[in-house]
Amino acid sequence: MPEQITGAQSLIRSLEHAGVDVIFGIPGGAILPAYDPLYDSPMRHILVRHEQGAGHAASGYAYVTGRVGVCMATSGPGATNLVTAIADAYMDSVPIVAVTGQVPRPAIGTDAFQEADISGITMPIVKHNYLVTDGDDIPRVIAEAFHIAGTGRPGPVLVDVPKDVLQAPAEFSWPASVDLRGYRPVLRPHNKQVREAAKLISQSRRPVLYVGGGILRARAAAELHQLAELTGIPVVTTLMARGAFPDSHRQHLGMPGMHGTVAAVTALQKSDLLITLGARFDDRVTGKLASFAPGAAVIHADIDPAEIGKNRVADIPIVGNAKEVVAELVSALRDLPKPDIEGWWQQIDKWRDTYPLGFTEPADGSLSPQYAIQRLGKIVGPEAIYVAGVGQHQMWAAQFISYEHPDTWVNSGGLGTMGYAVPAAMGAKVGRPDTTVWAIDGDGCFQMTNQELVTCAIEGIPIKVAIINNGSLGMVRQWQTLFYDARYSHTTLHSRRVPDFVRLAEALGGVGLRCESAADVDGTVEKAMSINDVPVVVDFVVHHDAMVWPMVAAGASNDDIKVARDTAPDFDYDMGEVTQ
Amino acid sequence: MTRHTLSVLVENKPGVLARIAGLFSRRGFNIESLAVGPTEHPDVSRMTIVLAVDAIPLDQVRKQLDKLINVIKIVELEPEASVQRELLLVKVRADLATRSHVLETVQLFRAKVVDVAQDAVTIEATGTRDKLDALIRVLEPFGIRELVQSGMVAVGRGPRSITDRALRMERPA
Repeated sequence: MPEQITGAQSLIRSLEHAGVDVIFGIPGGAILPAYDPLYDSPMRHILVRHEQGAGHAASGYAYVTGRVGVCMATSGPGATNLVTAIADAYMDSVPIVAVTGQVPRPAIGTDAFQEADISGITMPIVKHNYLVTDGDDIPRVIAEAFHIAGTGRPGPVLVDVPKDVLQAPAEFSWPASVDLRGYRPVLRPHNKQVREAAKLISQSRRPVLYVGGGILRARAAAELHQLAELTGIPVVTTLMARGAFPDSHRQHLGMPGMHGTVAAVTALQKSDLLITLGARFDDRVTGKLASFAPGAAVIHADIDPAEIGKNRVADIPIVGNAKEVVAELVSALRDLPKPDIEGWWQQIDKWRDTYPLGFTEPADGSLSPQYAIQRLGKIVGPEAIYVAGVGQHQMWAAQFISYEHPDTWVNSGGLGTMGYAVPAAMGAKVGRPDTTVWAIDGDGCFQMTNQELVTCAIEGIPIKVAIINNGSLGMVRQWQTLFYDARYSHTTLHSRRVPDFVRLAEALGGVGLRCESAADVDGTVEKAMSINDVPVVVDFVVHHDAMVWPMVAAGASNDDIKVARDTAPDFDYDMGEVTQ
Repeated sequence: MTRHTLSVLVENKPGVLARIAGLFSRRGFNIESLAVGPTEHPDVSRMTIVLAVDAIPLDQVRKQLDKLINVIKIVELEPEASVQRELLLVKVRADLATRSHVLETVQLFRAKVVDVAQDAVTIEATGTRDKLDALIRVLEPFGIRELVQSGMVAVGRGPRSITDRALRMERPA
């Protein structure tokens, strides 16, 4: 017998049944009925300071736990403030469920107070969304929302519930299972495709394992490790896959793409076989698509069939969950000869030895941002979680911190959302409270979302934030330096003067520290590590002309990678000898 | 670019048309025509979408459509293996002097007159796009006052039904 309760009670009970332990949100008029039963629920609600923070926190939580993150907001502006975070989660395939209040059904379409058509607005940036029009549907819709968000290619799902639906009586009955006739993600790869792929791998001479975020979403790092060690094939991990394969592993060439290592970028370029696992040939990885890896055959494994062949034609498409695909590849390869890649490795090692990642110290003796980040990573170690904003600091954090474990690197890759770090770090810390969580942020990013430090202080979420303060929108400034004749149009933030980040951190309920010289980096980081009861902000005042290298200019071919300004690598050896 | 006809079975739920239309505009696919209507199953609607695309973008269209949760099944209907029809209503100038010529054209095309006024007739015709285009060309000299055309609907030839197969598939054993 279905039980009669209110729609609001049904919603809260459904979220409990879905296994939710934490909700990030802000109440308001239309969602108010749901907040009443929430008051008595064992679920933890974290009252954020801006709905965007709730969305990114849900994403940070989902990133590090693999569980679906949940955020909640009211109608109209509450819901529209979630839009950036939803778009971000969509681009990076992060499973979140956003629950929003809506104006009462009779008011929908009348431009009522705080009305916004959030299901219409979010249609292109969600995996799916719902406008609930009957309270009896709430349990089914919530069950479906979590199923859709967390399975297949993960992504955001929005559930919009009108206020009168929350207030009216509703039948509650939690569905025993979810069955959606239009949604049957393929998890098991096609056997024949896997065997074909294994054959190609076995015969390849210059293969590369091109590893994307799909490996992390599928929790397939262990399988990847097996595949790499079984075959001896070099590995590159994209920005979304940092941590999927240990940086310390001999076979790891680092990150490919616009700011990738010379070895990773060049190995892809010269490869004869890309073994693409949960990656999507993003323009930031391929550079100019037409000249990307021109001699390579492509094995493309992805859980989303629409990614296969979208940007680059796949010779062997494999649709399936990366964990199963890689495990089956491993077993298929056990019976085949290993690829002969000794010559390939000689070549790669030459690139690796000649062009390691590096940076030059500023001539004026000021602190170099890369050094600060590198030391921080060394001192804090690979067990911690690092969450980046977007820009130069993000690239340096991807380059100069060593990632050894999955889910220790969280960032906004696809959408490139400035301001992601602080709220996402908050969510990550809530998901993994026993792990040290460092936000590596820029001074521009930090000023977009730092209000969530208040949430951290009040709610007992002691994250640590390293502001890489170059007083400017550094990545944009870098492009102005390189492509706009050093005309710094509106990129100077003056944040080395205003705001005073140390005092701001204190005002927001945390501890503020400042570090202005290389000599003080270790001591400052150690001091930050010793404070574990409140959020800590370290203002690293760094040189403002530091640039991210290597770099492939937007739209340029990966063949035109530069290791420093106007400096291309010198590939002065004979490709011919290993191509036989 | 070639013309392709997709039959798309969708759940009969609010917002489905918006999702599909939005997907096409967001991904930069152009729809030539789109017709939506009920099927023999009350909870399933059928869309017939005509597009002019190359083979590779068509593959993307199908895959992206298939990702929509409300889309149950997508079938491409080849012109030679399906019946494809559009409906045309056209109001043509026809006074005493020209009416018999107009009526003769109507007969030639197996169309029919559905409304007659003093100096105009309204003609209903169904057929393939080519046939309707030909009819319009012949009627044009008389003077077309108003013209409205439906999107194409299409069904595969032979005894098999795409709805049957789709709905059978969805019931787990």
